Amino acid sequence: MTDTNELIRLSAAQLAGMLAAGEVTSVEVTQAYLDRIAAVDGGERGVNAFLHVNTEEALAVAAEVDAIRAAGGAAAEELHELAGVPIAVKDLIVTIGQPTTAGSKILEGWHSPYDATVVKRLRAAKMPILGKTNLDEFAMGSSTEHSAYGPTRNPWDLDRIPGGSGGGSAAAVAAFEAPLALGTDTGGSIRQPGAVTGTVGVKPTYGGVSRYGAIAMASSLDQIGPVSRTVLDSALLHQVIGGHDPHDSTSLQDPLEDLAAAARIGNVDGMRIGIIKELHGEGYQAGVENRFNESLELLKQAGAEIVEVSCPNFQYALGAYYLIMPSEASSNLAKFDGVRYGLRVLPENGPMTIERVMGATRAAGFGDEVKRRIILGTYALSAGYYDAYYGSAQKVRTLVQRDFEAAFAQADVLISPTAPTTAFKLGEKLNDPLAMYLNDVATIPANLAGVPGLTLPGGLADEDGLPVGIQLLAPAREDARLYRVGAVLESLLEAQWGGPLLDRAPSLVETLVDAKEAK
Amino acid sequence: MSTDATLSFEEAMEKYDPVLGFEVHVELNTKTKMFSSAPNVFGDEPNTNVNEVDLGMPGVLPVVNRIAIESSIKIGLALNCKIAESCTFARKQYFYPDTPKNFQTSQYEDPIAYDGYLDIELSDGTIFRVEIERAHMEEDAGKLTHMGGASGRIQGADFSLVDYNRSGVPLVEIVTKPIEGAGSRAPELAKAYVAAVREIVKNLGVSDAKMERGNVRCDANVSLRPHGRERFGIRSETKNVNSLRAVEHAVRYEIQRHAAVLDAGNPVIQETRHWHEDTRTTTSGRPKSDADDYRYFPEPDLVPIVASREWVEELRATLPEPPAARRKRLQADWGYSDLEFRDVVNAGVMDEVEETIAAGASASVARKWWMGEIVGRAKNADVDPGQLGVQPATIVELNQLVEDGKINNKMATEVLDGVLAGEGTPAEIVEKRGLAVVSDDGPLMEAIDAALDAQPDVADKIRGGKVQAIGAIVGGVMKATRGQADAGRVRELILAKLGVEG
Repeated sequence: MTDTNELIRLSAAQLAGMLAAGEVTSVEVTQAYLDRIAAVDGGERGVNAFLHVNTEEALAVAAEVDAIRAAGGAAAEELHELAGVPIAVKDLIVTIGQPTTAGSKILEGWHSPYDATVVKRLRAAKMPILGKTNLDEFAMGSSTEHSAYGPTRNPWDLDRIPGGSGGGSAAAVAAFEAPLALGTDTGGSIRQPGAVTGTVGVKPTYGGVSRYGAIAMASSLDQIGPVSRTVLDSALLHQVIGGHDPHDSTSLQDPLEDLAAAARIGNVDGMRIGIIKELHGEGYQAGVENRFNESLELLKQAGAEIVEVSCPNFQYALGAYYLIMPSEASSNLAKFDGVRYGLRVLPENGPMTIERVMGATRAAGFGDEVKRRIILGTYALSAGYYDAYYGSAQKVRTLVQRDFEAAFAQADVLISPTAPTTAFKLGEKLNDPLAMYLNDVATIPANLAGVPGLTLPGGLADEDGLPVGIQLLAPAREDARLYRVGAVLESLLEAQWGGPLLDRAPSLVETLVDAKEAK
Repeated sequence: MSTDATLSFEEAMEKYDPVLGFEVHVELNTKTKMFSSAPNVFGDEPNTNVNEVDLGMPGVLPVVNRIAIESSIKIGLALNCKIAESCTFARKQYFYPDTPKNFQTSQYEDPIAYDGYLDIELSDGTIFRVEIERAHMEEDAGKLTHMGGASGRIQGADFSLVDYNRSGVPLVEIVTKPIEGAGSRAPELAKAYVAAVREIVKNLGVSDAKMERGNVRCDANVSLRPHGRERFGIRSETKNVNSLRAVEHAVRYEIQRHAAVLDAGNPVIQETRHWHEDTRTTTSGRPKSDADDYRYFPEPDLVPIVASREWVEELRATLPEPPAARRKRLQADWGYSDLEFRDVVNAGVMDEVEETIAAGASASVARKWWMGEIVGRAKNADVDPGQLGVQPATIVELNQLVEDGKINNKMATEVLDGVLAGEGTPAEIVEKRGLAVVSDDGPLMEAIDAALDAQPDVADKIRGGKVQAIGAIVGGVMKATRGQADAGRVRELILAKLGVEG
């Protein structure tokens, strides 16, 4: 058996290979991750990536896979490639047998009576689910500080944010608490955390992965996607969860392409890669800009043609997003009223009417950022304001889509920094919503247009030594291109660094021990 | 409950011109719900025909029921509507515990069917055209039962129970354009319009169309304006009027109430009204303004419904004959005169007569029972005839008992009362009540002898060939046997006794 410290640093593809070869058991792998979670996740200075750890069930699934492998025969042959490889699930995605909170007090203690489609697919592939990961409440935020259960810390610097809303999934993968995780991305909630934690994350084409069972924030923007440490791992996970689902009317009918093959083949020779003029330069941290330019240089050396495209309407994308997203969210969150499930708070005094119980429940159950967006969205949809706000935002959305169409006429793939800055300090932007919203300026256009996007680590910023994310964007239904280009860039960068970027991340066990000793 | 002032209907009509409008909700009888795979079944234990979608659980998504779309298109076609090539759903948002998501998924800007009409035949044969604005799809809400309050309303209730079995049941809402020019026939037109819609959806087979179960529910809008004025008056909307008679009564009452309000120089309040069957009055509901803000926006979880022209034509080809053609056919099949047939239609028992004939009765027997017995009883009970609960098989059985000579017509009506009182089947009631025609000729002969002795002059007339005079003797015998004799047999015996050929 391999040393557990080495085991948890292997990629999902490597683990899958060792499991298939019988070099390691799923119980050993799963236990190694559970031990790592126990070592680094809890406590005052813990990463706090997990809201719930699913020890028993994860080990039971692992044991089942091991038993099937040991028995051999057809059942062992039929095991999915990732069978036995553990995974963490963002706590926005419903699961039977584990609580689902959406990071909110209003769902504290709630257990879903059904599994999300993606969870069903994980179960069908027999991937042990390690637990549920932390997030900004109802996925509303860019720092995971809006979780009702305390912020997640960035494994690179425990005083910094891990991005959001999927800070829990990204931090879990970055801290070697899980080889894979599921995220959801409405405006960048997979990609921005990926950027600031030095991990890989993919927002698939809208409709590429079923949303059934992902607690909706903004239905027309939400998309579930993979979180991992390598491009190939994301492709492998994408293939598990992707493909048509009759429970989701917006789910695409297209058969899924062989994304893992695209990641394995990886080729940029003769490919046109477009720099989006509006998504770098002013407003972007110098270290981010430097790493971005370095990636461009590497791609050019590998035979890609770098072109510049302009997407003039992207300047309105953030504004449009902050009307469409809260409008849909205000509607999607109306169901949380204390009547059927979750928290119920009775008014302290005065008459006990249904309206007052709903009001008291929502007042106590929702955090400030959620309330802010519900109020914003309710206002934007109100009679007399609808056309000016929601209506105009939809027009901008169309213009953003046209910008993408024009850009993809000139380039096969677009490239930009994923986030304008590296991870900022916990609390730094908590009281400045607009500054917080600006984190998603480069990721939001893809959600508005429904196109797929991938982030991969592009190195460390000179000024603070923190990870920088590089974003690739492809036309709708061309997710395979992201993996093809992403895998090339990943290998070029790793060759330059002499190994994966996360090798340079601090070992958290030492950090935690140091912190303890300092006290 | 305060009682509103009313004017007599005649006075109201003298002074004002009514304008009507109807929103009829039709529950479709699809196997599953509008947006979920849960069964669409009436009357089961509360909250059993539900899944996570109907309960609005976190993370769920709707999927449109294709059969519900087909049914909606069929309804649209039967109402002479245009069918949208592409249409969408929207969310109508309001917080209320019967709506699990706190929004109702409904069509808003682009209904699946629009711009139609329905020609309504009034009792004297006049045809009145009602223009249809739209027919759109939506989902039903759950059913609330408010416990502990005096009024059965949410105000003042101690607690409320909610049954989500009905939540998500597919509905088609049919909305008329304002109906002008009905004048004093407005109440009759109201009833006839709702009856026509009910008949259409029943014949299409897309709804069980039982008003008493809420399969067809009518909201009736009424406003008055002085004669000669073009601008509409302020309307009231009487909600959930759930029988044909109630539709007629509610429109009539609201006309009388509006007239009294206007007559007193007051403005009519724009509001919903609740109909009370017991007092045949309405009471104030909630204020309803055109500016009610439901924050509609396009349902992002559903893609547009595309109705290709080929599909629409395929569905058109499956439509049953239109009501007017059907009536023509039924009248010819049954051999009723124009007057007889119109009476059947106006009494609202055409479907019942058809079912009774299908169950084995002759056309004349079916008419005799429905028009002669049941319609009158329904009127006395103040319900629609179909709601009395008479099964076609009951009539067939009753008629058979008469034809077999086991009971006579007079007894049969008594047996029918027994059936309606829930005493059992006709045969059981005959048994229980000891109703049977006296068939032993011995006691009959005694009664006949006595009757002939009592009226010797009549006996002589019969002997002299005036056989039609026999009625007086038969009547005497029937009286003596308290109606238990078979009149036909009595007649035969009398003629035999007197030696006269019948």
